[in-house]
Amino acid sequence: MDLGWLVSTVSRALAFGVPLLWGTLGEIYAERSGVVNLGVEGMMILGAYAGFAVAQTLGHPGWGLLAAAAVGVVAAVWHAFLTVTLRANQYVSGLALTLFGLGLAGLLGRGWEGRPLRVPLGTITVPSLAEIPVLGPMLFVDQTILTYLGILLAVVLWVVLFRTRWGIAIRSVGESPATADSLGINVTVVRYLCVALGGLLAGVGGGYLSVAYRPSWTEGMTAGMGWIVIALTIFASWDPLQAIWGAFFFGALYHLSFRLQAYVSPELLKLMPYAFAILVLAVSGFGGARWRRRAPGSLGVPYVRGER
Amino acid sequence: MRADAGTGRPDRRPDSPPLVRLEEVTKSFPGVVANDRVTFDVRPGEVHALLGENGAGKTTLVNVLYGLYRPDSGFVLVRGRRVTIRSPREAIALGIGMVHQHFKLVLPHTVAENAALGLKGTPFWAPARGVGRRLRELSERYGLPVDPDRRVWELSAGEQQRVEILKALLRGAEVLILDEPTSVLTPQETGELFKVLSRMREEGHGVIFISHKLTEVLEVADRITVMRRGRVVGTVAAAGADKPMLARMMVGREVVFRLTKRACTPGDAALNVEGIHVRNDRGLPAVRGVSFSVCRGEIFGIAGVAGNGQRELVEALAGLRRIERGRVCILGDDVTNRSPRLLSDIGVAHVPEERIRMGIVPGLSVEENLILKRHHRPPFCRAGLLHPASVRRFAQTAIEEHGIVTSNPKTPAKLLSGGNIQKLILARELSGQPALVLAAHPTYGLDVGATEQIRELLLRQREAGAGVLLVSEDLEEVMELADRIAVMFRGEITGVVSAGEAKREEIGMMMAGEERVRG
Repeated sequence: MDLGWLVSTVSRALAFGVPLLWGTLGEIYAERSGVVNLGVEGMMILGAYAGFAVAQTLGHPGWGLLAAAAVGVVAAVWHAFLTVTLRANQYVSGLALTLFGLGLAGLLGRGWEGRPLRVPLGTITVPSLAEIPVLGPMLFVDQTILTYLGILLAVVLWVVLFRTRWGIAIRSVGESPATADSLGINVTVVRYLCVALGGLLAGVGGGYLSVAYRPSWTEGMTAGMGWIVIALTIFASWDPLQAIWGAFFFGALYHLSFRLQAYVSPELLKLMPYAFAILVLAVSGFGGARWRRRAPGSLGVPYVRGER
Repeated sequence: MRADAGTGRPDRRPDSPPLVRLEEVTKSFPGVVANDRVTFDVRPGEVHALLGENGAGKTTLVNVLYGLYRPDSGFVLVRGRRVTIRSPREAIALGIGMVHQHFKLVLPHTVAENAALGLKGTPFWAPARGVGRRLRELSERYGLPVDPDRRVWELSAGEQQRVEILKALLRGAEVLILDEPTSVLTPQETGELFKVLSRMREEGHGVIFISHKLTEVLEVADRITVMRRGRVVGTVAAAGADKPMLARMMVGREVVFRLTKRACTPGDAALNVEGIHVRNDRGLPAVRGVSFSVCRGEIFGIAGVAGNGQRELVEALAGLRRIERGRVCILGDDVTNRSPRLLSDIGVAHVPEERIRMGIVPGLSVEENLILKRHHRPPFCRAGLLHPASVRRFAQTAIEEHGIVTSNPKTPAKLLSGGNIQKLILARELSGQPALVLAAHPTYGLDVGATEQIRELLLRQREAGAGVLLVSEDLEEVMELADRIAVMFRGEITGVVSAGEAKREEIGMMMAGEERVRG
């Protein structure tokens, strides 16, 4: 294993981890407020489609990403409406959103299939930092701005969650909505905002795939990333900072599954991230009580103000 | 209702206008009128008790005041001004604070974070730090010691209650509503709470104190308003009231305070528990090396503040929770970690703590619930088919014998009142003469009539030679019924005393963790 191999692996792991990071950060906020959104896959693919279509039409990747974010928000608000306002089962609604998203994006995307994007989001080279030997080419060359924005976002979201008034409100709503309600916090508004933020970030994550990473549109191009995001949210213990490590670790797994194709059967390798996700869930289920305790106390439970 | 003004404690200010007044408030829910034209007020510098049985409408009334319910008719006056309170936020803004019976706290968060939640004027950045300082000032002023940096789940129930009171004070509450505040406290902690309430009285706050315990209402209140079935029966000055009078107002008839407990000679051991260890739902040790035995013909009481391992102990004994270490013998046979069905077959009756969740199947009919433990055996089941006539016959006898009020045996069990559900459970569990009765909080939340009946049933089991394990938070109840009393604290038994020589204070000390073994 020579150094060049390692450098390119880390570099690609970062690039591939970006959509996972954005999606996970969003899901962390939604779940911190007490709403599970299994529709991440659907929101990401809708984001990917909208991002590509808009960027291709308007000729600017920025508009594409904006459209991806907007579509993610719309899809997420629909989930919030069903689960927060109508108090529908969060798991069923999320699954429906995923199936709906995959179906709709596949249908609308037929005409765009296989065409490369005219103006993809460019990669950047961080001045001076890129000069550092080994680390420079690993971390500071050939990345899009979304890699660094994602990391910055993780830090900002961590600070907001644990060091501000809003954070206390969000975490309280996820742990004990009745308590938050009794102190005048509007549980519905907090949950809508968190779920919408989740959709925004998942949308951008999907948009990144079609506007920056590929950059083209293929049906089903998210390839189960939304499910990895759900597992990563647990893996990161609902902590934005830990999501950084988790996302790039899984990014590396994805990348390795391409790289090792020469040696191991590709079908088996493609399984790797998912097998690992299952492992994470199994460990967190068994492994114990300590892990479970970090999950928001009211996760998955619709809130109904105390009735007789 | 104000004719009694002028009596009471010296620090009262009888002529000051009320801080809040509920005028002719009516609130109904499908099928019940919870509040029927209720008028109630509280003045600055007084503790006004709201006394009544469960379901009398006390909590509904204060929920109207706190903005959780909107009254159907009637209105609320705050400092003489008519207001509409649509939410807790508006109530808080009007200077009304509430400590709910089930605390509204975010357990994984720190005390300061809990206090900062939704608090006006907290800094956006690092809100907990700023609030911590103000918390310390207030806790000094009112005598409510608490550490702002501790996580709430680490605190005892008494400490959590202090956090709730501080939260209300921090929000500028002039009127503080306390809903059944003493139900989670040891006698000593109750004493401390009463001191805090006196301090609040001196500072000019108005306190609404909800309770169904006569003794403490007489001890702490200036005025007492008694409610029954959604109506105000009357308001009296505490100074001119006594227990029999309040009990009569509360129940609507004369109440006998003593049960007849016949002498009974304990026989062989029904239950032997040897050093068992059990974990709670979070996987933490909840019962830690507990040993005791219960004889036939004896009621063995377990007292203690809720959450000290009683629930886990009873569930382990009923076969519902794994025993990690130690041994349980029933009638001399080792039954450690055997299934609930086996235990029930050898004569263990279980009256669970959560009667609706674990005691009945709410959607099944009364008669089906009555045969649940034996639905798979003759005469109820033959060749795999239920035998409706036997079921019906058995149910009818049980309903009559235990006075279960139900429109008919086919009614879903969930439509019964709490007292009748409990009678149904006892009828099922006690039929066929059990050798051991595990009774967890058997009278919790029941009215006086049902409570008396259920206590009587337990005494009868004792006389019939069953061993009874009685877990209750109601110290009076344990002292009245049990022959021996064990106290649990943090998963251990801190002492066993025989009921005859037990003193309240002594048991209270043990409830707070003071070690002592005797008897």
